[in-house]
Amino acid sequence: MSAIPVEHGLILAAVLFALGVAGVLIRRDVLFILLSLEIMLNAAALAFVVAGARWLQPDGQVMFVFILAVAAAEVSVGLALILWMYSWHKTLDIDCASKMRG
Amino acid sequence: MTYAFYIASAIAIAATVRVITGTHAIHALLYLVVSFLAVAMIFLILGAPFAAALEVIVYAGAVLVLFVFVMMMLNPGPRSVVRERRWLTPEIWVGPVILTAVLLAELIWVMTGGGVLLPGELVSPKRTGASLFGPYILGVEMASVLLLAGLVGAYHLAHDLGRRREDEEEGGSRQ
Repeated sequence: MSAIPVEHGLILAAVLFALGVAGVLIRRDVLFILLSLEIMLNAAALAFVVAGARWLQPDGQVMFVFILAVAAAEVSVGLALILWMYSWHKTLDIDCASKMRG
Repeated sequence: MTYAFYIASAIAIAATVRVITGTHAIHALLYLVVSFLAVAMIFLILGAPFAAALEVIVYAGAVLVLFVFVMMMLNPGPRSVVRERRWLTPEIWVGPVILTAVLLAELIWVMTGGGVLLPGELVSPKRTGASLFGPYILGVEMASVLLLAGLVGAYHLAHDLGRRREDEEEGGSRQ
């Protein structure tokens, strides 16, 4: 994969990751925060695949598969927690869930 | 090939910006699908067809369908039909449609020989699979345990949620 410089792929991954961080920081809707987490995981996976393509090794795609498994597990538990929070607070505002109850 | 990468990158970034600045969750999900498809296109250009297929199937398919299911559970009732009709206006779907049309044109261009990768330039699914079940077999087992933990956790939370709803309904009928 010589046509595309590896830096450009990594810059794209960094931009997507930064957008995900910005989404987590600026949104108050917990659903959008979970979406931004997905964007960040996806950007990290993109960086792995770019590096794997740079050296033509399958390890990048192997790490991509693992990140995929982590994202799937995270999103299932996260969405169940969102449903729980909605039934508890009747809202998706993350500020309403700032108090913990032991 | 180089241009295809930069066009797909621009689509991914534009769609992601629309995701984090969107107000309606369904619109954000629509743009996130476009973003994931663009990233899958980039994987294809980079010579990772296995990762591209998984990105489409698992991310753009399974994960976002889960999000759509949760959206449907959070907004039940007959007024969702009216809202659906109101939301399905051209200014809502025209953005994602344009972005996916550009992606499709790019994909057709790549497929019809605009820049076919040589076998030596890509990491084949065969090599990836051999690596996955060779040196990384422990990681695969750990990922399966993680998925099992996610399954049990989601089941536990949803089970309690269902019981709580039943209690609420019973309490409401008693009062």
